[in-house]
Amino acid sequence: MPGTIVTEEIELIPSDRGPGGGGFSGNGGDGGDGGDSSGATRVPQRAYITGMFIALAGILMFFMAFVSAYIVRKDMPNSAWVPLQVPRILWLNTLLLIASSFTLARAHSRFSAKDDEGFRHWWATTTFLGIFFVAGQILAWRQLAAQGIFLATNPSSSFFYVFTGAHGAHLLGGILALLYVQFRATRKVARGTAIEVVSMYWHFMDGLWVFLFLLLYLGR
Amino acid sequence: MSSHAHAGGSTVHAPMAEPSGFIRKYIFSVDHKVIGIQYFLLALTAVVVGIVLSLLMRFHLVWPNATLPFVSGGQMSQEQYLALVTMHGTIMVFFVLTTAPQGGFGNYFLPIQIGAPDMAFPRLNMLSFWVTFLAFVCILAAFVVPGGAPISGWTGYTPLSGLGEITGPGEGWGQTMWIVSISLFCLASLLGALNFIATTIDLRAPGMSLMRMPLTVWGWFVTAILGLLAFGVLLAGGILLLLDRSANTSFFIPAGIVVNDQLQTLHSGGSPLLWQHLFWFFGHPEVYIAILPGMGVASHVLSTFARKPVYGYRAMAYAICAIGFLGFMVWGHHMFVSGMSPYSGFAFSVLTMSIGVPSAIKTFNWLGTLWGGQIQFKSPMLFALGFVSLFVSGGLSGLFLAQPAVDNMLHATYYVVAHFHLVMGVAAIFGIFAATYFWFPKMFGRMMNEPLGKIHFWFTFVGAYCIFMPMHFIGIAGGIRRYADASAVGFLAHLQPVHEFMTIAAFITGAAQLLFLFNFFYSLKFGPKASKNPWNATTLEWDTDSPPPIDNFGGHYPSVYRGPYEFSVPGAADDFIPQWVEPSQVARVK
Repeated sequence: MPGTIVTEEIELIPSDRGPGGGGFSGNGGDGGDGGDSSGATRVPQRAYITGMFIALAGILMFFMAFVSAYIVRKDMPNSAWVPLQVPRILWLNTLLLIASSFTLARAHSRFSAKDDEGFRHWWATTTFLGIFFVAGQILAWRQLAAQGIFLATNPSSSFFYVFTGAHGAHLLGGILALLYVQFRATRKVARGTAIEVVSMYWHFMDGLWVFLFLLLYLGR
Repeated sequence: MSSHAHAGGSTVHAPMAEPSGFIRKYIFSVDHKVIGIQYFLLALTAVVVGIVLSLLMRFHLVWPNATLPFVSGGQMSQEQYLALVTMHGTIMVFFVLTTAPQGGFGNYFLPIQIGAPDMAFPRLNMLSFWVTFLAFVCILAAFVVPGGAPISGWTGYTPLSGLGEITGPGEGWGQTMWIVSISLFCLASLLGALNFIATTIDLRAPGMSLMRMPLTVWGWFVTAILGLLAFGVLLAGGILLLLDRSANTSFFIPAGIVVNDQLQTLHSGGSPLLWQHLFWFFGHPEVYIAILPGMGVASHVLSTFARKPVYGYRAMAYAICAIGFLGFMVWGHHMFVSGMSPYSGFAFSVLTMSIGVPSAIKTFNWLGTLWGGQIQFKSPMLFALGFVSLFVSGGLSGLFLAQPAVDNMLHATYYVVAHFHLVMGVAAIFGIFAATYFWFPKMFGRMMNEPLGKIHFWFTFVGAYCIFMPMHFIGIAGGIRRYADASAVGFLAHLQPVHEFMTIAAFITGAAQLLFLFNFFYSLKFGPKASKNPWNATTLEWDTDSPPPIDNFGGHYPSVYRGPYEFSVPGAADDFIPQWVEPSQVARVK
């Protein structure tokens, strides 16, 4: 019975490229698409949302592996564990990142209100907060290094660098995505999707950091 | 942007242009079919390497003192034997059993079977393949770096894998290459899993509800979920292990380790068991990543060639999900002898044995599918039957190993080797063979040679049992799995003739694979042309040309009207009703 149709339409529009182009007028890749002016969408936009949910599940498992290793390793007998004094600047960094989630939500609502000016303003603010956060994290590393605390100094410092490094790398990816949306994603439909997908990623990275920070601070 | 499938039939669009130029078309292609074939050829290369390594191992076990022309020093050292063990396991598990069924056939047929023009993210798909390729180059490079290939097994147990060159010749550069390769492989598999899941959720054709998906799609879908949740954990473990090796951290390395009379002073407080937990949290789902697609293929092929619907389709789909779910809770059964609490051991044991329930559901439903069918013994059918046989023979010994008391005896013996080779290794390979013989006409537009396929089956089927059944006895007698030379061990010496029998069987079975390679490449060029639907099958891939056009259905998009296995429906004129035929078009008996 075709009455039980679950999926909606999948639109396929023939490639209208000039010679030398070809293949799908596809928006493959990484969440935000664009850079393709044909206006054709082969993949339903919700696939990007689904894709980001799935990616976040994978990323969560990746970090939870580190977290479980942290918990196990800390309480090993003879663990040689010396609790790490978390650099103070981390408090500031955390506040910056939480603030960035709010500015991002603001940008999102401006976009929904079709206020492009306001959207660009708040989106750029979010990007700057993100860049400040990463700079602050690097500062925290430098402070630790100045105290002679390096990656291999103690398991607690090893985990500190692993957590902040892995999270920082993921956040840098988020900053690139924010910049991409600011400057490159121009097509209407795809832009809305890109904003949605990048927002999901950013809020997740924010929440993940708060969790990791609490773990490093309370669970040391 | 909507163009609905109207009531009268399927959506039609202008056909899509194929990319011109060799590189866009065959090398950096975003077409899931090309990428699937690329994965398949990668796995084919890897399996040849893996088989050669295993034959060298079998040879060494029987003639440990033979002079070999390609070994420096003439005779194989024990470390070189361990390097063979490590590389055989790694290449087979990752680059064959994970790559061929999921990356290869999954990539090629999942979008077609759900009626989609491609994967959800084609460029991401291309990236997954090329990162996998890079991982394969890295693992092969381990052979040629200074010191050669690593010796710590496919599980890379610490501290052996974490201390560097001092623990063995391959533990310097070779082990590093191994970790880099596996980490890249994890990354590629994560990207691939993302694509598979999003495609299955969002790109199904009108009418393709979850409970109308072919069981192959169920297999790939659940496998992708397992990959998504498992590979990230191994990636994290790999990063920590790399740091232990190169930055002298102490995640996995405890203090006070003495290697070759030298006390290792750089590390303290780490836990080798932590690596085992991270590894096996990935490693157990990994064995289901290898076998679930094979289960899907077996169900699909058995139904097609028994001309009967899959018995208990829903139960089969739920059983795949149940196996996947339980697969995440049993990793501890690889670690019964690690000194784990008996209570944990008991929990892991009960959970492990409970996997026998969905496995039995699958097995009995396969038998139920065959019961009373008009069975056609074509090559794919033979391999699917072989899959069921090997899955049962290998699976039953799992119930013994699942009990800590028995496992204490059998752990690290050949019994374990026999178990996982039958249930995960050879069974999955039979799934790959069944898929190859079944889908070759669709992929390449030509039929494979039937008599050669049958000869290939019988040699491989009997051969696999000749190799791996006697292995159980060596294991029960206490034969340790990684000893390079069992003839030097007093209490095992009398079992040396068994080893000889297995080695001869291995060489004959290995040689029989040349029949397959010949059949494959000969048929590619000279096989008889295949029609659209040579097996009279029912799922969407048989609704399109062989091989399918670039957008899979040539501008026409199918709608789905019924379940995937409508064979021998009473009242219908034909013994099969494809998923894409409208109810009003189904021919009835006059």
